[in-house]
This record gives sequence, structure tokens and C-alpha cells, in this order.
Amino acid sequence: MAVKLPIYLDHNATTPVDPRVLEAMLPYFTTKFGNSASRNHSFGWEAEAGVDKARERAAALINASPKEIIWTSGSTESNNLAIKGAAAMYEKAPRTAEGGRGHIITCTIEHKAVLDPVKRLMREGFDATFIDPPKDGVVRREQIEAALRDDTILVSIMWANNEIGTINEVPEIGALCHEKGIIFHTDATQWVGKMPTNVETDNIDLLSWSGHKIYGPKGVGALYVRRRKPRVRLVAQMDGGGHERGFRSGTLNVPGIVGFGAACECCSADMDKDRDRLLALRQHLEQSITKQLDTVQINGHPTRRLPHTTNISFGFVEGESLMMGIKEIAVSSGSACTSASLEPSYVLKGLGVGDELAHSSLRFGLGRITTKEEIDYTIEHVVRAVNHLRDMSPLYDMHKEGIDITKIQWAQH
Amino acid sequence: MAYSEKVIRHYETPSNVGSFGTTKEVKEKKDIGVGIVGAPECGDVMQLQIKVNDKGVIEDAKFKTFGCGSAIACSSLATEWLKGKTLDEGVAIKNTELVQELSLPPVKIHCSVLAEDAIRAAVSDYKKKNGLEAADDHDHQHPQIEAVPCKTNAN
Repeated sequence: MAVKLPIYLDHNATTPVDPRVLEAMLPYFTTKFGNSASRNHSFGWEAEAGVDKARERAAALINASPKEIIWTSGSTESNNLAIKGAAAMYEKAPRTAEGGRGHIITCTIEHKAVLDPVKRLMREGFDATFIDPPKDGVVRREQIEAALRDDTILVSIMWANNEIGTINEVPEIGALCHEKGIIFHTDATQWVGKMPTNVETDNIDLLSWSGHKIYGPKGVGALYVRRRKPRVRLVAQMDGGGHERGFRSGTLNVPGIVGFGAACECCSADMDKDRDRLLALRQHLEQSITKQLDTVQINGHPTRRLPHTTNISFGFVEGESLMMGIKEIAVSSGSACTSASLEPSYVLKGLGVGDELAHSSLRFGLGRITTKEEIDYTIEHVVRAVNHLRDMSPLYDMHKEGIDITKIQWAQH
Repeated sequence: MAYSEKVIRHYETPSNVGSFGTTKEVKEKKDIGVGIVGAPECGDVMQLQIKVNDKGVIEDAKFKTFGCGSAIACSSLATEWLKGKTLDEGVAIKNTELVQELSLPPVKIHCSVLAEDAIRAAVSDYKKKNGLEAADDHDHQHPQIEAVPCKTNAN
């Protein structure tokens, strides 16, 4: 079977909308277009019924109660509401004090949508500890325990990393936080919908996820807010009509929310099948590439990773030129070279991956639509492109001559 | 980012890839000048080698480049242009000429600067080896001409 080009292998960035999801959404644009807050006519009721159903489906995916789901515009907003809202609610000292409002723990390789809200809180008088991950990228309970202080009010650790797919010790960290009476937030954008999630047994207080990473539409997300043991409260970040029980004002994106709910239901139904199939394809990809090329490194923990994600560094070739050699395959580069900044990925650097390897890293994100034929095509073309570039690489020559390129005094330019 | 057709052609079928021997071997060869510029952590390293005959004409040129498509294209084009030129004509090649020929966007200008640096470094290496006075480029080991700094907005 001929492979249809281009091939999409960037499912950690976004996913296509599942046809089942689109079908569920369509009536809510045209005939069921009501405002779900309109309480006095059938248009409003039917929109509200769609939202309620979606809330049940979203809650079911993570074993929460529908009352614990707050609709947002996506994970960035969910993270902002969780972190800023919890910090403002649980602060130790009033805002007028110089610092001392409370301590927050997070990790250096979190998404910017967690790091930047925490940095803003630091400017507003909160303290924060940014934990360095170990080389395998897995944040563990002991690291959080070591960073705890008497005034720690919030811990925010992602469930699975977006660049390397490593899975943190989230249930264990959640248990620790519950023992200590600290609020625990997890950015589960890459995890939920792909892997089984149970906010009760996994000890989660606040959990962010997004529609477009789970074959739903863009522009809609959710925040789980625990209602009992403990009851978590937040200071709203968006004021207005008091929607979402005052947590998040603003007319609901009804078609988006309906799609989010349908996407959650599809994930509940297909999760096991998708996971097993994608893990086999990912292993095929990794094994074939490492067998055919030397000096290749799979970043992050060897096994404790999302089944559909792999991040591979190719020594002695540069990431952007590698992408150019596989231009029919849509992947993400660890190097930010395509933008004006020449900084390699802060996540890979955070793991201690050398700059020269971080520059030459590709993230492959497999998904529901990925086929074996596409993976075979990818293996063949990645190997070909790396060999083509290594034939041109002075660094590869030096490596073969036994010269350690890290010991050379390079002229900075 | 869309690359120009010329950049893509140089990337796919580069001219004059290679070297005139290992690092050690070329050090011994008096008719070879070597320039290595850039740094791996900046995402580009260019190695340019020129073979100069007794009339002071660049007979042959070879390159190896670790870098983006534009960096590869700049070095490939530079080797094409260098062949048949005298040393003085060689160092007269300007980065702006490479930019124009390859239609490089502003973010890729540093690739052309690097290629110009590599030419000067190779010529300078040849002159040093042969005891020739490097008249117009005495301390031009690694000229710093409008290079985009590598370490921008580190966080």
C-alpha cells in the first residue's frame, strides 16, 4: 500500500478531530445553538443538556464527579486558573507583605504554561522551588519531599512530559501532598485520554487537560477541581456572569464542550486498543532506528514513557537540516533553530543532554491515525537523511577519528 | 520556513563535499589550507579546505558542514566560487553575495557570515603554513562580522 504523504507524527502538538467528535458537535453550531445559560427557553435547555452530557463524559474519563469539572479554553487557561487561583486562595500572608505569601514547588521541565504563572507569582510575593529532573526525566516523590517547606502551599508537577513523554510519579507525589495538606496540581495534557486516570486513587486535587490533544477541538479544555477530601477552592481569574459556579465566567463554548465530551468518550472506549497498538509501533520505530544508526540516543526514561511518544537525538547532525531531509514527515525538532532564537530545547538541556545533541533531536508523536506503513516510511527516510548529513558532517569525521568534540575550544560566533 | 530552490538543490546535491585527508594528514600538507569555524552548541560548524597550486590559485575546495540547510548551501556555494580564484579573490567573496545568490532570509544571514569566516580562516591557515605574510588579514583568524550572537535570550 502506498503511503499517503505528508505523514503526521506530531500528535503531542495537536491531534485531528475524530469524525465521531465532529458529528456530535455539528448540531450545536446550527440548530442547537442556544446559550447554555439561558434558563427560560428550550434553546438554552438543549444547549445545557449538551454541556451536562459532556461534563459527565469528561468526569467519567478521570473518575471524577461531573460537578468537579470546570470548562476552560484549554490547558494553558486551566493551568493558570489552578496555579494562580490556588495560590491566591491558600496564601500564607496578605499581599502587602514583602514576599512570604507561600511556597510553590514545580519542575524546570514543565510546560511554559506552568512555569510562567509560577514566575509571575514569584514577582507577586510567592516563593518557588524549581526541581531539576534526574537524567531519565522522571520526577520522583523523594525530590518533592526534599523540597517541601513549612510554608509550601502548592505542588504542580505534570503527569507526562510533552517533549520526551516521560511519566512522573504523580500518584506518589499526590499521596505525599495529601499527607502534608498541600494542594496538588498536575498538568495532564499529554496523559489524560491516552492512559487510565483515576483522580481518587491517584490523589489529584487539580488536573488540567485539553480537547485538541485527545482528538477533540481546539479552544476547549477542562480543569478538575476536587470537591471533597479536601474541598479545593480557587480564586477565579476571570470575572463576569458567574458561569461554572463562579470559577470561570464567560459564555460556554457549547459546540467545543460537546466535542470535548465526545472525545473523552472515544478515549474511554479506544484507550486500551490505541495504547497497545501505538506502543508496538513506537518500539518498532525506536528499535529499527537504533539498529541502523550509531550514536543515537533515546531521551528520557527507557520504559517509563507514554506509548505514543519518543524523542531521539542523532549525534553529529543538526536538527533543522534533518527536518529538511524528511520534509514529508511532520515531526517536532528539539532545536528552536526554526525560530529566530538558536536555543536548543530547555527540556533536553534540563536532562543534561548536551547542546550538540539537543540541537539534533526529533520528537515523534504517534496517534490514532498512524499506520505501520507510515512508520516504515519514516524509518527508511530518517535513516537516509541522517546518513546523508553525516557524510557532510565534520563532527562525524572527528568522532570517527577519535577526537572528542566536547574538548575542542570552539570559536563562539 | 520555506527554503529557496537553490538552497534545496545544494542541500540535496551539495558540491564538493569531502576533505583532502584526515585532520592529522591535512596538517602536514603544505598546499592545503583549513578553516574550521562555528561551534556545535550553536548548531553549526563549517570545515572548509582549499588546495592551492604554486601560482597561488585555489585549484580545489572541499567542505563539510554540520548545520542547517542554509549553512550547507552557503558552504557548498562557497566551494564552487572558490575554485579557480586566487587567494586574494577568494577572501574578497562577501557574505552578502552568498545571501543574494541563495535568497537567504534575515534569520539565516549568520550562515553566510560563517561561510565568509571559513574562507578567511582557510586562506589564513594556508598563508601561515607557507610563511606568507597575511598582508590584509593579519588577525583574521575568526573575524566577528555582524554575526548573530549564538546565545540569545538564554533562560
